[in-house]
Amino acid sequence: MAFISSGYDPKQPMKDRITDIGPRHFEEFYPPVIKKNKGKWLYHEILEPGVLVHVSETGDKVFTVRAGGARLMSVSHIREICDIADKHCGGHVRFTTRNNIEFMVDSKDKVEPLKKDLLSRKQSGGCYKFPVGGTGAGITNIVHTQGWLHCHTPATDASGPVKAAMDVLFEDFTSMRLPAHLRVSLACCLNMCGAVHCSDIAILGYHRKPPMLDHEYLDKMCEIPLAIAACPTAAIKPAKVDLPDGRKVNSVAVNNSRCMFCGNCYTMCPAMPLQDDVGDGIVLMVGGKVSNRISAPKFSKVVVAFIPNEPPRWPKTTEAIKQIVEAYAKDARKYERLGEWAERIGWERFFDKCELEFTHHLIDDFRDPAYFTWRQTTNFKF
Amino acid sequence: MAKHKTPLLDQLETGPWPSFVTDIKREAESRAKNEKGVEYQIPQDVCEDILGLLELSFKHGRTHWKHGGIVGVFGYGGGVIGRYCDQPEMFKGVAHFHTLRVNQPAGKFYKTEFLKQLCDLWDMRGSGITNMHGSTGDIILLGTTTPQLEEIFYELTHKYNQDLGGSGSNLRTPSDCIGQARCEYACYDTQALCHDLTNSYQDELHRPAFPYKFKFKLDGCPNCCVASIARADMSFIGTWRDDIGIDQEAVKAYVGGEIQPNAGAHAGRDWGPFDIKKEVINLCPTECMKYKDGKLFINNKECTRCMHCINVMPRALRIGNDRGLSILVGAKAPILDGAQMGSLLVPFIKAEEPYDEIKEVIEKIWDWWMEEGKNRERLGELIKRQGFQKLLEATEIKPMPQHVQEPRSNPYIFWKEEEVEGGFKRDVNEFRKHHQR
Repeated sequence: MAFISSGYDPKQPMKDRITDIGPRHFEEFYPPVIKKNKGKWLYHEILEPGVLVHVSETGDKVFTVRAGGARLMSVSHIREICDIADKHCGGHVRFTTRNNIEFMVDSKDKVEPLKKDLLSRKQSGGCYKFPVGGTGAGITNIVHTQGWLHCHTPATDASGPVKAAMDVLFEDFTSMRLPAHLRVSLACCLNMCGAVHCSDIAILGYHRKPPMLDHEYLDKMCEIPLAIAACPTAAIKPAKVDLPDGRKVNSVAVNNSRCMFCGNCYTMCPAMPLQDDVGDGIVLMVGGKVSNRISAPKFSKVVVAFIPNEPPRWPKTTEAIKQIVEAYAKDARKYERLGEWAERIGWERFFDKCELEFTHHLIDDFRDPAYFTWRQTTNFKF
Repeated sequence: MAKHKTPLLDQLETGPWPSFVTDIKREAESRAKNEKGVEYQIPQDVCEDILGLLELSFKHGRTHWKHGGIVGVFGYGGGVIGRYCDQPEMFKGVAHFHTLRVNQPAGKFYKTEFLKQLCDLWDMRGSGITNMHGSTGDIILLGTTTPQLEEIFYELTHKYNQDLGGSGSNLRTPSDCIGQARCEYACYDTQALCHDLTNSYQDELHRPAFPYKFKFKLDGCPNCCVASIARADMSFIGTWRDDIGIDQEAVKAYVGGEIQPNAGAHAGRDWGPFDIKKEVINLCPTECMKYKDGKLFINNKECTRCMHCINVMPRALRIGNDRGLSILVGAKAPILDGAQMGSLLVPFIKAEEPYDEIKEVIEKIWDWWMEEGKNRERLGELIKRQGFQKLLEATEIKPMPQHVQEPRSNPYIFWKEEEVEGGFKRDVNEFRKHHQR
């Protein structure tokens, strides 16, 4: 493994240095039919699950075949995507915000061969490499974060539960039987890099134990004032601690009853780890949306306060999700999003229909927003 | 023969959905064989070790990545995330496993030629594992060692005309929806504005000088496909001010069942024949529509542009022609003070190059936030702490009813001294002349 230089000279880091050039210009990458018809699109149709057509005022059409992807992708997998795009799409491809891969062609007769090619490609264990779907009133790819694969604060894995959940939800990826589209997202901790706080169904990794205190190293690894300031509930204060060897060190003390396990202290101070095999697990939230359609955007609400991590397939999590999806599919009206359905029937009824237990953990007790979630009317349902 | 046994991960190799485990194993195999004779610059068995480490996490129920690690490329404070594993002896290949964020092209369109170049680069100088894409939108290259960082940056900029994205307390890589490239609902060119803002603010993107992260996200219409309203400190959401276009012939075709409603999104189930009263008129949140004598009428003055009718009948209804965007500010996920949705700041602004009007709003907000924001305080939290009125003062925007869902229900108004005739100073002795103690 000889070191190969790209031309960079560490002795003269500024020599020929190019910085702040930004990304490549998007127009370089447009397929010709997109370039020609940009801003001229008249309407679109979903021809079948995973296949869209967009019609331009010039009469041109672009057909899109949408395939699911695992987000975590090897370069071999990306090269295979490139081969498909070279073969069918003139070397063009795009990704969606939900990590689907979109292959575009400019005539209808190119759709079937492309679809056939995508669906014929299987992994060695039998999984599809490029399942076609993710459109309309169904479930598209789950956006997610890094989890145990690459993150230092996760309370659960990401790719693992997502693979397990997508296997369970697969039929709704390839069909469009739901009342409206349903967005599932996963964030592996409260930081919510995946912004799951406004998803129809959110799988959220969650810690339940206060941080451990690595007293011997705390003052060396952390700025104690930053760790104290990081706590949103002021649960951390400075403390002098006697170590077993008789040394006295500067450290912190945590008021455990004030801790809501957000992990912000750990972010500021690596000597306060909080991950735990038993303490960590999953919160399920539902009813969020970002679109302004019919009703205002909504936050997701916690409906299951805790499910243990159950690698490799997280069965209790996927089962609860399936229960919610089935109850929604059965009961909601056409165009009604999951949260709109829950609000119409009332949350007490939501718990009945989804067969979920309501526990004290589901009553908000965090600051001002809590008050606005308690019931201030006699109009409730038995 | 695999280097590490992975009985738990192996269980994720069945089922219909693509398996990341199989994919990484395939990459491990490809690196072991090295048929193309690549001169790998980081350990050849890195993929085996990432699987081994992940298996250990599956077994322990805990992550095995250490906190932090400050690495980067010269002159930048963002774009690289340092990552070290906490079992370096057991998994030497991933002892150092840093991430690079590569700024994606707007709209995430690619030519395969460019993707293949990235693959070659990441094959040789990285782990061969990526995210396409990260939640913020960047192309994520997962796993390399410190000596490779400058080399990768040099190749990216010199060979591929491509820059890194943002990380840390700076402007995060802006991202956008597909916009006018392939969507009839887009009210402005999201790609053009995204690219312009990204390039205009390269310094803010690469050199952290902010109290915390700051996100721009751009949606072409109120359907909000990139979720800007929920997760961007500044969301740019396309909208229009004039009338929705109506093609009455197409309306008839929907009513007659010749065209499927909602672009065919509900085809997986028999919902019965399309009923325009039930599915459009009665679901309109402002009740501004009626269907009479085979014609559709919209009282556009009362329309709030929720998009429902247009989504249901895309061939009959069309976004207006006086197009621009709304700016909402302060959205964020729960950390630390609870989740916040974006709040409307600018109801309408034209989105035309060089976007000076938009940039003026951005820069005034940054000035205020950089002056007043505390360490790790998102814009939304500052707005909550100091009040929306302070935001209006900072941006010199006039208050208007569009700014509120409803006016305040408590009358505790903080009048300023200069707003009250005669100011706050009074003479208590003069007062006592007429009021005994």
